[in-house]
Amino acid sequence: MLRYTLKRLLSLVISLAVASIVIFVVIEVAPGDPASFMLGMNAQPETLAALRSELGLDASKPERYLTWVTGMLSGDFGTSYTYRTPVSQMIGDRLWISLPLALYALALSTLVAFPAGIYAASRRGQAGDIGVMGATQLGVAVPNFWFAMMLVLIFAINLRWFAAGGFVGWDQGFWAGLHALTLPAIALALPQAAILARVMRSSLLDVLGEDFMRTARAKGLTARQALWRHGLRNALIPVLTIIGLQFSFLLAGSIIIEQVFYLPGLGRLVFQSISARDLIVVESVVMLLVFSVIVVNFLVDLAYAAVDPRLRSRA
Amino acid sequence: MRRNLILGAALSAVFVVAAAVSFFWTPFDHTALDIPNKLRTPYAAHLLGTDHFGRDILSMIMVGARTSIAVALVAVGIGMGLGVPLGLWAAARQGTLVDELIMRGNDLVFAFPSLVIAILITAIFGAGAINAIIAIGIFNIPVFARITRGAALSLWQREFIMAARVAGKNATRISVEHILPNVTNLLIVQGTIQFSLGILAEAGLSYVGLGAQPPTPSWGRMLADAQTLVSVAPHLALIPGFAIILTVLGLNLMGDGLRDYLDPRLRVSRA
Repeated sequence: MLRYTLKRLLSLVISLAVASIVIFVVIEVAPGDPASFMLGMNAQPETLAALRSELGLDASKPERYLTWVTGMLSGDFGTSYTYRTPVSQMIGDRLWISLPLALYALALSTLVAFPAGIYAASRRGQAGDIGVMGATQLGVAVPNFWFAMMLVLIFAINLRWFAAGGFVGWDQGFWAGLHALTLPAIALALPQAAILARVMRSSLLDVLGEDFMRTARAKGLTARQALWRHGLRNALIPVLTIIGLQFSFLLAGSIIIEQVFYLPGLGRLVFQSISARDLIVVESVVMLLVFSVIVVNFLVDLAYAAVDPRLRSRA
Repeated sequence: MRRNLILGAALSAVFVVAAAVSFFWTPFDHTALDIPNKLRTPYAAHLLGTDHFGRDILSMIMVGARTSIAVALVAVGIGMGLGVPLGLWAAARQGTLVDELIMRGNDLVFAFPSLVIAILITAIFGAGAINAIIAIGIFNIPVFARITRGAALSLWQREFIMAARVAGKNATRISVEHILPNVTNLLIVQGTIQFSLGILAEAGLSYVGLGAQPPTPSWGRMLADAQTLVSVAPHLALIPGFAIILTVLGLNLMGDGLRDYLDPRLRVSRA
């Protein structure tokens, strides 16, 4: 297991390094000099040069890449060109909305998908199964931001159960914050729940066909007992993998959902930064998202190997 | 299961036909303003109503279908065009450095969700439909590379491939002449699914302003415009939403139906 972990860790570091180089190079290619953008068209050359050296823009590209990466490793993401505040602080503030939103949606989607998938699998081919599968077919076809608009129309505008947008802030208390994130989380969770329910169902159906399930029935367990004691535990492995993969999609998806609810999260930050050409912020947010995808995949791989010894020898 | 295929194909066909017809004819000019008749719910003259500028929504939906289909189709083309050869190559050189590099490269691209790629591209070139195509297309490459490699690997173990090797064919010829025809079914099914995902992604990107720009109509942007008016005129949000849902649903049903139709083993096991 140690050998496997070290190998995966090495490939994690290489992936992160390559991803950071790709992002850095892409942002470097972007036209427009941040310093001249900040000072406007009529800036004096001396002022421009002074600002460029203050922002560290006069260093060579490899040097600037190293500064960026080593800075990030110590939690320093640089200084926003537009707001002159530390990028790490800007991201930190926004992350307190985007991250809880993604986790909330993940919890909701799991809570809905597990029972739905188990129910469908246990009633394979019957009306209940067909109903659940039809619902998931619809669930993956609905764009989540459109679903979000419909939720606002029904539950915020007509029923007035929730605010139509904005965020009260966590200092109003945990439940107030959670209440404000409920509609966005439901919208974000819908397609993921549909996918997860399908995976749960098919994984469970695979397991139900295994010999040990027949043995469990043969030793006298009812179908229900066999399902809960033996089927479910074995079916969970692929399901957990998908949950891990979904987390990164939820974090990226929250960028779009935040626009519907006017939530001041990472999405808002990134779009504001693009229009202000505050590329250092864009660069860091993108790196953070890619980082989270790579790390979550790494953790899923490790969890998988911890559960299934066969996988360790393969990599 | 034939039912899925027919229903799905019929739904998809409605939108493909609407998009094709929009090149020659739409009920109204989709850019024509008619302020006195703005925000009308569906009625005889405007079958799907009008938007906040009095533009005909049916015409906009038809032209929007063109945008959605074009973006998703080209994105699938990019994904297949690059992903399938990479997958074939990796499988033909299984276990070598080439295979390893291609697979690790796939993992890397997978770490960039299409939204993130679109954000990066927009940061450099500004927003536009081309960005959406490139972003979704890049995201599709590892999808096709993976399934092609996976299917090709098991084919390489088969006896008819061995026979081809004995006959003196090199790996490239075997890949093109024997492996590719045998993974075509799989690619058609996956292509249909990626096509529907592409339509969803295009809608999302243009909704947040990273896709098609005015005056090119797109379903996502129609929804973005509808957002502030949703309480006054819900049909502005409902109609483009239903267009997206029906198209995606149709393509997904078609994909499922095709999979069952093209894979005889599944038909037997389901019966």
